Amino acid sequence: MESSTVRVLLLRTAGTNCDRELALAFQRAGAAVDVVHINRLLAAPGQLGDYHILGFPGGFSYGDDIASGKILANQLVHHLRSPLQQWVRDGKMILGICNGFQVLVKAGMLPGPMPQFDASDIFTATLTHNAQARFEDRWVHLKSQSSLCKWLEPGISMLLPIAHGEGRFTVRDAAVTEALEANDQIVFRYVSEDGTPAKDFPDNPNGSAGAIAGICDITGRILGLMPHPERFIESMQHPYWSRLAATATPDGLQLFENAVKYIHQSMAVSV
Amino acid sequence: MAVYRIEIHPQNPADDPAGTAVLAEIRQLGIAEVHGVQTARIFLLQGSPEILTHAQVHKIALQLLADPVTERVVVGHETAGAGRLVEVHLKPGVMDPVAASAEMAIADLLDLPRQPVAIQVRTGRRYVLSGHLTPETSTQISRRLLANDSIEQIHETAFTPAEFPQGKAYEFRRVEVPIRNLTDDQLQQLSRRGHLFLDLAEMKAIQEHFRTLDREPTDAELETLAQTWSEHCVHKTLKAQVHFSHHPAGLNEDDVHEHHAAGDQMEVIDNLVKSTIFRATKELDLPWTLSVFKDNAGVIALDDQWAVCMKVETHNRPSAIEPYGGAATGIGGCIRDVIATGGGARPIASTDIFCFADPSTPNEQVPAGVLHPRRIAQRVVAGVRDYGNRMGIPTVNGAVYFDQRYIGNPLVFCGSVGLLPRHLADKRNAQAGDRIILIGGRTGRDGIHGATFSSDVITDKHGDEFSHAVQIGNAITEKKMLDVILQARESGPLYNAITDCGAGGLSSAIGEMGSQTGATVELDKVPLKYDGLNYAEIWISEAQERIVLSVAPENAAGILELAAAEDVEATDIGLFDGSGKLTLRYQGQTVGCMDMEFIHDGLPSPIRQAVWQEPVLPKAVVAEPTDYAATLSRLLAMPTLASKHWIIRQYDHEVQGATIVKPLIGPGGDGPGDAAVIAPVPGSSRGVALANGCQPRLGDLDPYQMTLSGMDEAIRNIVCVGGDPETTALLDNFCWPKCSDRMHLGALVRACQACYDGAMAFRTPFISGKDSLSNEFITDEGKRICIPYTLLISAISIVPDVSRCITMDAKAAGNYLLLVGQTHRHMGGSWYYALHNQNGRSIPSVDLATAPGVHKKIAGLIAAGLVASAHDPSEGGLAVALVEMLFAGRLGAEIDLTGVPHDNEVDRDDILLFSESPTRYLLEIKPEHLDDVLRRLRGLAFGILGRVTHEPNLVVQSIGGKEIINASVDEFRRAWCHTLDW
Repeated sequence: MESSTVRVLLLRTAGTNCDRELALAFQRAGAAVDVVHINRLLAAPGQLGDYHILGFPGGFSYGDDIASGKILANQLVHHLRSPLQQWVRDGKMILGICNGFQVLVKAGMLPGPMPQFDASDIFTATLTHNAQARFEDRWVHLKSQSSLCKWLEPGISMLLPIAHGEGRFTVRDAAVTEALEANDQIVFRYVSEDGTPAKDFPDNPNGSAGAIAGICDITGRILGLMPHPERFIESMQHPYWSRLAATATPDGLQLFENAVKYIHQSMAVSV
Repeated sequence: MAVYRIEIHPQNPADDPAGTAVLAEIRQLGIAEVHGVQTARIFLLQGSPEILTHAQVHKIALQLLADPVTERVVVGHETAGAGRLVEVHLKPGVMDPVAASAEMAIADLLDLPRQPVAIQVRTGRRYVLSGHLTPETSTQISRRLLANDSIEQIHETAFTPAEFPQGKAYEFRRVEVPIRNLTDDQLQQLSRRGHLFLDLAEMKAIQEHFRTLDREPTDAELETLAQTWSEHCVHKTLKAQVHFSHHPAGLNEDDVHEHHAAGDQMEVIDNLVKSTIFRATKELDLPWTLSVFKDNAGVIALDDQWAVCMKVETHNRPSAIEPYGGAATGIGGCIRDVIATGGGARPIASTDIFCFADPSTPNEQVPAGVLHPRRIAQRVVAGVRDYGNRMGIPTVNGAVYFDQRYIGNPLVFCGSVGLLPRHLADKRNAQAGDRIILIGGRTGRDGIHGATFSSDVITDKHGDEFSHAVQIGNAITEKKMLDVILQARESGPLYNAITDCGAGGLSSAIGEMGSQTGATVELDKVPLKYDGLNYAEIWISEAQERIVLSVAPENAAGILELAAAEDVEATDIGLFDGSGKLTLRYQGQTVGCMDMEFIHDGLPSPIRQAVWQEPVLPKAVVAEPTDYAATLSRLLAMPTLASKHWIIRQYDHEVQGATIVKPLIGPGGDGPGDAAVIAPVPGSSRGVALANGCQPRLGDLDPYQMTLSGMDEAIRNIVCVGGDPETTALLDNFCWPKCSDRMHLGALVRACQACYDGAMAFRTPFISGKDSLSNEFITDEGKRICIPYTLLISAISIVPDVSRCITMDAKAAGNYLLLVGQTHRHMGGSWYYALHNQNGRSIPSVDLATAPGVHKKIAGLIAAGLVASAHDPSEGGLAVALVEMLFAGRLGAEIDLTGVPHDNEVDRDDILLFSESPTRYLLEIKPEHLDDVLRRLRGLAFGILGRVTHEPNLVVQSIGGKEIINASVDEFRRAWCHTLDW
């Protein structure tokens, strides 16, 4: 393996279905990507050592039966807990998009342990059924605001698609929102077209508390978000590219480029 | 065995989106006395008391089943208080994917082996309705909204069974069915009683065959023939010899029969589909059609390396009885067809087209035995949504047509498009000596007799008699199977042939694959969902998510390993043995043995009679509107024309990241796109455009012109986004009333003839098709309701360069609006007439001499980058197309109707605005391109209508110079969005 390459492992299982486009997004950002079935990872967890970024693609892992992401989360908790804890201690990155975000939340990895709560009190937020009680495919405006998150610069606006039925970010109580804000863990909020905070549907497309679309853990290296950055890595994926005077900037790509850059810098993977 | 019951409730009763949604639906039913609905999920667990302890139950409930943030757990049951309790549980034997997943996850949680299952799970739903409602109202809500009788059981108290129903072990007994000595009457009785749906001639052919063999058939043999010879599987009507005669309007029925019997003007058509639809494809012989009419799907070339295939399937019957499961398995089955095309394809897009009765039909007008059309629509959409989204295939194109005659026979068309390496485009054959590997889901009693059931007229009792024909899908089983098949394809392929199990189950799949080689099948090796299936049931079960692979012996282990690595079941169930016979064995005994030749060639083909008489149609009388804006708003609000955003947004149309032209267009994401475009190969600019055309309203006037209009519409849609009409292929899906009626068959002949004429003129070959020819409903009062003649034309086109694609939204103020193509007095069957409850008789007719040139010319303008936007005037005519274009772009326009090119008969503004003349295009042209465009259009009928304005108003000057419309396009948009905004 060349030391100059940032290596990404995308974990797939029954029902994962955004793995190909997520692999393409990381490849466009210059990373080398392997898509690995969970059974093969469970058989040899040691292979995690070869990688820098772990990705949980979107889809319907195990059909979202019981609840979205729950069964895969159950597998992570019961079979991969310590390798994943080691992963985070090693300064590596994790990304969960859509169903991947749901998995990370249901596994207790997002928002994860927070200084405001007991170390074991990790199930403080969840992703549940959209307020409109149905699946919604829609392009949404987002604003990034976290300086903690290593995946993105703060203050960036993005247009990205969502496509989910269970994406409503919900907290246990107000103390959780306060902690998330205090810790700078709120990475993305849904906003209206002019950048002001989203209030109602469709700007806030699922009724999320605080219009929260994505959060990170307290290291800033684990990111989960409902929108799909991997679906906007080329200008013609823009929903109305045909009426734009100039070529549209593919908003999603910067997330992957940033992550690869961060690994190069922080883990001394030389370019 | 201990059984525990767990209820999962929302922690906050006010935050129960499922309950809120049900309450809204109850209000829709017109029931005001319910003021709240609380929902809960129910899990029933069964296990031995040593494993399933009280503590374990709590662990399962708290750590696995309930969300710690939003839900709370009740072990046992909570009282419903003052509310009325309704519980819905699946009937025994009905597929329960959530239960299967929960069993697996419980094993993970408790560190138990996944197989055999130690803790069994069943799931249910609980509703508490509050308010002053009578038991009758509660029952009405349960039956209409909460449960479906055909698969679910309603309980009014908390349901906890003492133990789960277990399948009874099957005791093997070889069954022979004596038929050699039956009379004609007895043969027909046997066919009906045994749900074989074979006619007398067919039963007699079977009788004769077994008389020659000097033995009686087994039940499995009889079933094999019934499945293989079903209309659904063999399309015997379309392949039959037809005696067809065409008569003018005005003759009385007896005269027509006399003329027909005398053979006047008789046309003898040897094989209807071969002599029309296939023939056009064969005569055109285009180099880019790679595999047509011989495989599951038609295959065309994308580029030198890649090919795309497409199949469109109808799944009407199951969808009438259980719309959710029916629609889901419709799309699931069509996707499997595509997976099993050529050497194996990866599904890249889906389409969905539905026909329903008016969703606002009053309850009392819905016949007994039929679900309300709004309910059907909602459940069909949910079925397509849940299957397609879970598979990760974007649903990118569709349409919905409403007509009261679909009330007993809703139509569900599901299309699937696949991508495969070009060198694997050809259909592949099983080789003698290959192993028969069954991969995917397990076999249960679901879907038994689906193929034969779909070949008969439906009645109000069908729901009861055929609940076993209902199939419930599990998309994840199919997705897992797909993942393994694609790996097996990449490694070789490791299989020689691949066929999906659709209608007829294993009997059709193996019967077809082994038609040249013969096969021996060990039916006791087939993995079952539960005990109790006999060998004949195993053989014909239509359980979903199964594919049969023909695998050289040296590759068998490789495939079984690939499958095992991803928890996919694959089983060696027999051998393509080179015997030319189909041999069925169970526990070492032969339970069926027939010549493949008789199975595939023994079906008698009687001559069918077809008559077409031109209908006598009343002239429509419609006065010119006094308020054109109001008329246009009402037209836009008609359900067929209205926005389908409620449906479209429930589908993931962007998964796979390849959707370049999406179904919803413009900055507001609400313009109706003409066609979708996907660019399926990363890094390549070649794309695939998908569109459809369907004109069921015109069938009452003339099925021939209806067909041409549908084809022209599909091609226009393709052209409007930048597709190339020169590399456009079509698919035909006929849904017709019963064709034993010679008039209906006559109408079918006219439609097929139009398919030939149209395909030759447009040079658009048909590459795949399917028919469903008994769409009639007989009410409990004995009234026969026939669907309108419905021919769906799907179009798939290669886009040479997706960066040249355009969309239908108006782009900029100052641009010119042009209408290309002549407007005629084509008001017959128009939606404008429908608004006035009339049909008329001046049917749109496609001029095949000029139309292909128009399509080509417009495609050329778009390819040259000269068109800012293009939109197809179809339902609702120019006015609707114009206003859609404007509101999609958030712009307005000033239009002068004197600019509309028209023939001399047209003298009214309403005709110019609402005529549905085919072969017309509404174009938006930038000022700097206008001269060039006008020069290039020379020789065609076209006119400049006016210019796009910044002010979002539509202003229309009549031919008499009067302002007849001056209204906000946003008001029109609202009218259009409102009707189906559920």
